[in-house]
Parts: sequence; structure tokens; C-alpha cells
Amino acid sequence: MNELALIVVPLLLAGLAFFWPQERTRPWLLPVAGGLHVASSWWLLAFPSESMAGAWFGFDPVARAVLPMISLLFLVCSLYAVAYLKLRPERHNRLFVFALLVLLGSLSLAVQAQHLGLLWVAAEAATLMTVPLIHFNGTARAFEASWKYLLVGGTGIALSLLGSFCLGYASLNAGGNGDLTFHALAGQFVHLTGELASKSHPWLIAAWVLLLAGYGTKMGLAPMHTWKPDVYGEAPGMVGALLAGGTTTMAFVAVLRVKQVVDAAGDSEMTQRTLLAFGLFSMLVAALFLLGTPDFKRMLAYSSVEHMGILAVGAALGGLGTWAALFHVWTNSLTKGALFLSAGNIRRAAGGGNIKEVSGMAWCAPRSARLFVTGLFAITACPPFGPFFSELMVVRAAFARHANFTAAAFLGCLLIAFFGLTRLVFAIVDGRPHAAARATANHFRETAGVILPPLAFLGCSLWVGLATPALLSQAWSAAVNLLVLPP
Amino acid sequence: MTNLLNLFIGLAMGLNLLALASSRLPSVIRAAALQGMVLGILPLLLEHEFQWLVGVVAVGTIAVKGFVIPHLLRRALRAANIDREVKPLIAFVPSLLLGAAATIGAVALGGALPLQAGQAGSLLVPGSFATVVAGFLMLMGRAKAISQVCGYLILENGIYLFGLLLINSTPLLVEAGILLDLTVAVFVIGIIMDRIQKEFDSLDTNKLTTLRE
Repeated sequence: MNELALIVVPLLLAGLAFFWPQERTRPWLLPVAGGLHVASSWWLLAFPSESMAGAWFGFDPVARAVLPMISLLFLVCSLYAVAYLKLRPERHNRLFVFALLVLLGSLSLAVQAQHLGLLWVAAEAATLMTVPLIHFNGTARAFEASWKYLLVGGTGIALSLLGSFCLGYASLNAGGNGDLTFHALAGQFVHLTGELASKSHPWLIAAWVLLLAGYGTKMGLAPMHTWKPDVYGEAPGMVGALLAGGTTTMAFVAVLRVKQVVDAAGDSEMTQRTLLAFGLFSMLVAALFLLGTPDFKRMLAYSSVEHMGILAVGAALGGLGTWAALFHVWTNSLTKGALFLSAGNIRRAAGGGNIKEVSGMAWCAPRSARLFVTGLFAITACPPFGPFFSELMVVRAAFARHANFTAAAFLGCLLIAFFGLTRLVFAIVDGRPHAAARATANHFRETAGVILPPLAFLGCSLWVGLATPALLSQAWSAAVNLLVLPP
Repeated sequence: MTNLLNLFIGLAMGLNLLALASSRLPSVIRAAALQGMVLGILPLLLEHEFQWLVGVVAVGTIAVKGFVIPHLLRRALRAANIDREVKPLIAFVPSLLLGAAATIGAVALGGALPLQAGQAGSLLVPGSFATVVAGFLMLMGRAKAISQVCGYLILENGIYLFGLLLINSTPLLVEAGILLDLTVAVFVIGIIMDRIQKEFDSLDTNKLTTLRE
């Protein structure tokens, strides 16, 4: 029952938010939804129920490994949202609150979906609900970002639909009865030989290529990442946090589920190679762009592209690597939350995002600047924060498979990204503030509502890294057992 | 039955080329709408006996793709007071040639892929691939937001055509969900287009160039 509540409760509250009469009290529905969501998903994490075979959705080990993180992310972001929307009384928040809650519901559905078609419907709903969030500020730049997001994201989602159809057709050609749950598909392609295998194999390859391109666009793997800088640059900080931690996680789960099916057909070498190529390429592209980008919110987008590359590399490295990738999903999302929320504060205090307009933020917004710098060190994998431990696991997985070149390229890209990130962050934090920034910063108060949520994220990042709860490691191991075939 | 089916798919493939070749936006919209209606009829031809759910999906597809969306696009066209695609990124003749080449390639590729018995002679796979490529060409090669939306519609038509291969095996609930999602997608696109029009006083996406490195 709880797994259904994870989907239905946010949607019901979204309906309530739409008809809620008061602008001032409406945002409080967000923490209510977040609190209920955290309670249900962490309850299911601790006491997993047997998911029924053949069900279209359920809290299976994969959902158990990532959905509690999405709930936590949403709860903390929703507390920030209450303070944020109070600062923006001039914008109507009806659509914003409604879209956030529908986004939470569709993310829960997509992560729990066991059916190829249902996964696509939920992923598309999540994509569409993001659009009103991106243009919340209503500026010309925000509309430009929304348009680019719609075109690139819509094309990506169209490709994944075509890929889903190809996978369905492969299953038909392999003698399937039209059951498109992942469990049935994987079971069907294992031990397939002879004419049925040769009839379904070309379709399976086509499905993998299209689905990886489609859901890879949602993840933001290079070269399908072009929407990310525009969207993360223009959307409010908390929306960036939810996109970088929630939507991308959903897309990564989709890729893992499809990979499981294609691996079952004996193509694990191909899936690993393609994921490795996309992952390393994303890391390289992101690292190079990080050296040049002049805007600190766009910088976070490239950092997100880099970390999606890390996830892809992890998933390409077999069981241990997939475990590390699931670990990294947690550490990256929570740390990114701290960065996006503090970046939002700095952006409001500075009145701009470009390195030329912004400097001396340690003076204008001291607490946010401190959080931002700490978040920078956390995301560039400095100990003792979570990303250090999860990225170390990826490197260990690479060495365990004697993939020395992969490990070297991985570390090299991390180093370049470190240079790029520190360059930009210290340029905006240090120095003397511009005269205009002094004026806007005077209106800006660093209240508890906008400081505590990013601080909570940093705390979570420390906690998950330093003292990984046994419950979580077990959940990740269970997911790996389901997703990765023994070699 | 296959002959009639192939006739309709061939018509849809011809409409791709028509949409790629014409510079006037109303005729691009008309081609996309006509293609959507042609594709809406196809599920009825594929079924041997009439099922009411298939009928509902067909009527819904024809209504949305043939009337509702084109109506919205024409309204946007009138509001923006534009008629022609002026400076496409890929000119009309090259995009027409690319579209024709893609059609030939799709027929060749469709012959190489293993199909189910009973679907071997149909043009569903080549038609689908050719339409997807034509949609991509319009999506990437045109500057006006309305042409890009038409490209998106044509791309979706191609995917829909492919989905017909599966109509006997996938539950129609999923198909209905897909149709619903696409409808909402186009409405959202329409709203954003409206705002862009108000904000920039134009629907020329070449003006959307503030965000870059």
C-alpha cells in the first residue's frame, strides 16, 4: 500500500495545491508532501515488502536503493521552497507548487515502474512538469531555456519511445506474449538461441542505442547535454537541485533497467563499452567546459554532466562499479543540493551570475559563500565528504577489473574539473564586491530558511560518506544482485 | 489489406517530402495535419474485426492531430503575423534531397531487419524510419518555432507508425497514455510559444541566443 501512497499522495496534494485559495500558505503543502514521502519511503527501506511478480510497479530493490534519497532531497528542497517563495511574493506560486508536487509523484512512479511503457509515460510526465518550474522567473532568458529544454528533452523522450517500441518488437520476435515488464523481458532473453535469437537480436541492439540516447538525454550525458547549462542557469536553485538529483537519477535507473534486459540477451560487453564511452566522453567534455564557463550556475550544470559521466562509468564496470554508482547517486545528489541552494542565495544577493559581475560574495553573503565553498570541496571529492568515498569505489572497481586506462582517464578528468571549479568559485567569493552588488546585498537577508537546508544537505553528504548506514549498503547490494548478472 | 495499408503509408511518406520542401508555414501545418489524420485511420485497417477501444484511440488521434493541434498552430501563426520560413539553417532543396535519401535508406534498412510473419510486405518500418528522419531534419533545420513544432509532430508520427507494429500485443492502456502525454506536450509547447511571442515579439528562434558559452 505504501508504494502506491508514494505516487498518489503527492498527486492528491498537487490537486489540493491547485485549488488552494491562499498564495501565502500554499507553499506549506510542499513540506507536508515531502514529510509524508520520506516517512513512507524510509519505512519501505527499513521494512521492504515482497513485490509481486508481474506487477507493473512496485518498491523493488532498485527503487529501494534510490527512492529514499529522492524523498530526502525533496523534503529539504521543499523547506527551502517555503522560504524562497516568501522572498518572491510578486510571482504567483500556484503553478509552481502544483508542478513540483506532480514532479515528485511522477518521479516516484518512474523509479518504481516495472513496465517499459509505464516507465516512459512517467518519464515524459516528469519532463513536462519541469517546464513551468524552469520559467518561474518569467524572464526572456527563462523562456529561452524552457524552449531549448522542450526541444532537446522532447526529442530525447521521443527517441526513448522509439527504443521502447524496438524492445517490445524484439520481445515479440523472440516469441514473447506481449508482457513488457522488465522481469519478464530479462527472463525471456536469457538462454535464447537459434532462429528466435537471430530474429530478435538486431531489434535489441537498436533498442539499446535508442533508449540509451533517449534516457541519456534526460540524464545529460554528453553530447546530449546541451539543455543542461541553459536550464540550470535560469531555473531557481531548488529546481536545479531537484533536476540534478531527482530527474537525472530517474533517467539513470531507466538506463540500468534497460541494461539489465540487454545484458540478459548476452550483450553485456556491448552495453558496458557504450556506457564507458559515453561516461568518459561526458567527463571530458564537462571538464573542458568547466575551464571556460563564466557563470557559476552554468558551472553547476557542467559539474552535473561530469557526475552523470561518473555514474555511467560506474555502471560500465560490472557489479562493484554499479554498487559504487548507486552510492554515488546518493552522495552526488545530496551534495549538489547544497551547491544549488547556496548558489541560489548567492545569485539573489549578487543580482547576476557572470564572473564579470560577481565578486566578493564572502563579504555580501558570508554564510552562503561558506556553504558554497564547502560544497565545492565536497563535490570535487575531497575527504571526508560523501563523493570522495563513492568516487574511490568507482576507481577501485576499475582497478579490480584491470581497467587501468579507464581509471587514469577518470582521475585525469576529475583533476581538470577541480581546476575549473575552484577557478570560478574563488573568483566570485574572493575580491571586492561591485558597487551594484553592495546595494542588492543590503536587501538580502540570510535567514535560517535559506541557510539551514543547504547545511542539512552538507550534513547528509558527510553522513552518507563517513558512516554509510548498513541498511543503505544492503539496499545497494540487493539492487546490484537484481541488475547485474554474475560473470 | 496490406495494399491499402501500404498506400496510406506511402501517402504519409510523400507528405514528409511535401513538408520538407515547402517554405510557406500554412502548407507545412497542413501536411503535418494530413499526415496525422492518415495515420489515425491505420489502426482500423490493421484490425480484422472492430474493437471499440481501437476505434476510440483512432478517433482521438484524428481529432487531436488533424484538428486541435493544427488549429492551435494556425492561431499562433495569425498572432505572430508570419507566413514563411525565411532563413532556414538547412535550405529547402538540400533538406528535400536529404529527406528523399533517408526514404530510400529506410526502405533498404527495413528490408534488412527481421519482421514478424504477416508484416513482411508492409511499409510500416521503412515509413516509420523515413518519417522520423524527416521530423529530425525539420526540427534541426528550421528557425521558426512553428516549423520546429511541425517537425516534432512529424517525428512523433513516425514513432506512432512504428508503434502500430505492436498494436496487437501491447495493452491499449499504454497507447492511450502515450497519446495523452503527446497531447499535453504539444499544449505545453504551444503555451511556451505564446510566451516567447509576447516576450520577443517574434517566433524566430534565431533570436534565442542569449544563453551560450
